[in-house]
Amino acid sequence: MKKIINKNDLILIGVLLVGAILIAGALFMTRKQGKTVVVSVDSKEVASFPLDKDVEYEIKGYEGGRNVLVIKDGIAYMSDASCPDHLCMHMGQIKDAGQSIICLPNRVVIEIKGGKPDQEEYDTLSS
Amino acid sequence: MRTKKISLYGVFIALAFILSYIEMQIPAFVAIPGMKLGLTNLVVLMVLYLFDDKSAMFINIVRIIIVAILFGNAMSFAFSIVGGMLSTIMMIFLKRTKKFSTIGVSAAGGITHNIGQIITAMIVLGTKAIAWYLPVLWVTGIFSGVVIGLIGALVYDKLSVIIRQ
Repeated sequence: MKKIINKNDLILIGVLLVGAILIAGALFMTRKQGKTVVVSVDSKEVASFPLDKDVEYEIKGYEGGRNVLVIKDGIAYMSDASCPDHLCMHMGQIKDAGQSIICLPNRVVIEIKGGKPDQEEYDTLSS
Repeated sequence: MRTKKISLYGVFIALAFILSYIEMQIPAFVAIPGMKLGLTNLVVLMVLYLFDDKSAMFINIVRIIIVAILFGNAMSFAFSIVGGMLSTIMMIFLKRTKKFSTIGVSAAGGITHNIGQIITAMIVLGTKAIAWYLPVLWVTGIFSGVVIGLIGALVYDKLSVIIRQ
């Protein structure tokens, strides 16, 4: 091991970085305006709210966990959590379809849906 | 030789274990679950280069089991075993091509580890939404992989002299 890094490594890292940009690009291009905020606990859907209505909702998570979801001005975020790391609270604000906030200890997933083909009919009917 | 190998295995498992513990104590500085430095990967990388494929796999599995028993639960075990196995297999594969240094090997391992964790999260939580984290975890995987690979190259130079004696 005379040389720490060689040309192949640089090519590999370059290709991997391009891959990351492509994935990010693909996700960004396919993003859609969010419509509904869906809350699920332990893979089961427990509640859903329209994104355009301000609401504060307390989620009863797995094994007594507790999270507070806030929807305000078309943006959803977690304002409080019972878990020690509060990761979900730092995960920021979401508004596009497909984005999510996840609290692993409480098995809570907040996902934004909307504009998906299988839901279009429902959306047209409701709006 | 056999005794030496057994005792070295012990040392490396202990090292991997303590690095896992240290990494647990580092608070998440960015709010992305699964984003880690991958300190333990340094041990796996070293074992892979100092010994062989099987040893790297063995030491990583033992480490994951011990950590899960002492600090984890079924869920954290699922996350680390999927990520750990995928990254170890990837590193073994890349090392065998003999085209890459520890940096390339470790960077690819870092990414596969994160991909494994995202796949596990998708299965456990039953949602595809987590795919949004893929680009970020992909990039952090490369970055931490390169850092670990660089440290690995330096450590290997010193360590190989001692162990081969």
